[in-house]
Amino acid sequence: MFPIRGDGALVLAVVFGAIFGALLHRGRVLDYNVIVNQLRLRDFTVLKVMLTAIIVGGIGVFILVDAGAARFALRDANLLAVSLGAAIFGVGMVLYGYCPGTGLAATATGSLHAGVGVVGMLVGAVLYALSFDWVRTHILPVGALGKVTLMDVTGIPAAWIFAGLVVIAISLFAWAERSGR
Amino acid sequence: MSASLADSPARAARQGIDLAPYLAGAGIGVLSWIVFVVVATPIGITTSLSAVAGGATALFTGPELVAQNSYWARHPLRLDYGTLFLVGTFLGALASALLSRRFRFEAVPRVWAERFGPSPARRFVSAFLGGVLTMYGARLANGCTSGNGISQGLQLALVGWVFLAVMFVSGVITAWLIFGGRRA
Repeated sequence: MFPIRGDGALVLAVVFGAIFGALLHRGRVLDYNVIVNQLRLRDFTVLKVMLTAIIVGGIGVFILVDAGAARFALRDANLLAVSLGAAIFGVGMVLYGYCPGTGLAATATGSLHAGVGVVGMLVGAVLYALSFDWVRTHILPVGALGKVTLMDVTGIPAAWIFAGLVVIAISLFAWAERSGR
Repeated sequence: MSASLADSPARAARQGIDLAPYLAGAGIGVLSWIVFVVVATPIGITTSLSAVAGGATALFTGPELVAQNSYWARHPLRLDYGTLFLVGTFLGALASALLSRRFRFEAVPRVWAERFGPSPARRFVSAFLGGVLTMYGARLANGCTSGNGISQGLQLALVGWVFLAVMFVSGVITAWLIFGGRRA
């Protein structure tokens, strides 16, 4: 029965996307002020959303994979590319005030500057496509480790990593709530 | 999502904690369970958004040049799951904003105006440049906050956690340089 492919999946794409967009809005992360104040360490809403999503999602997905109901969909760890890309992304996120998903969704809530940034993102994609041949030969192969997990790197079982993440997240959330962030 | 989750200031005040971010995060987590099982396609934005950029480019250059590009040859624009997920994300945010009566046009947000003044032009230039960098970085990293941070992060993939750590450090340093470290 699962996974569903073809036309049925296309309908589900809109449904799942809509749920995602609505959750981002409900979680208040389509607000420029909230995102920028996270990076200024004054408002921890973004980390509350992300860490909760990762922990809840991760524990469930690991159980589903163990039960044979789902498969992992891991991506390659190209260490130089992901490090450089994330560093550029961090700078861009402060100037824009959004990441790609929240920028697109915030445009739908009336944020005109988010819409301007969506145009910028399309230009950024063009620049990447133009530079792809160079990136592919010079950047992507450096530190290319393949589909590596934290378990592979550290030797620690997934259950213990999630337990550690839960402790870190709860401590961080408790501190954030106490200090009004 | 019920309207009471995020829109109950009275309840939030009673509890002293705004539960909306945790509930939204848990909701995204549960949505991840569903998409992993039902469509075997994790949540992500920029792979499809860059295909859309290829389609938009083809309007100006004609489809041949785009098809010849080695990146877009791998990621052609199709009306596929990923592209329609973007449409859904847009529509879901729009519906949520309208239903909660929080749809409003915004050219210059408060935190930006406090630092850089009320000029929309200045804000738009920054948003445009930020958009360019964000997308270029996301493609170089092979994923954004959603596709890399959440979807790879929840699988405990190394790429997801390297992305999260470097992005966060880079963002905090940049914010400190641009906005300053002191409280106003």
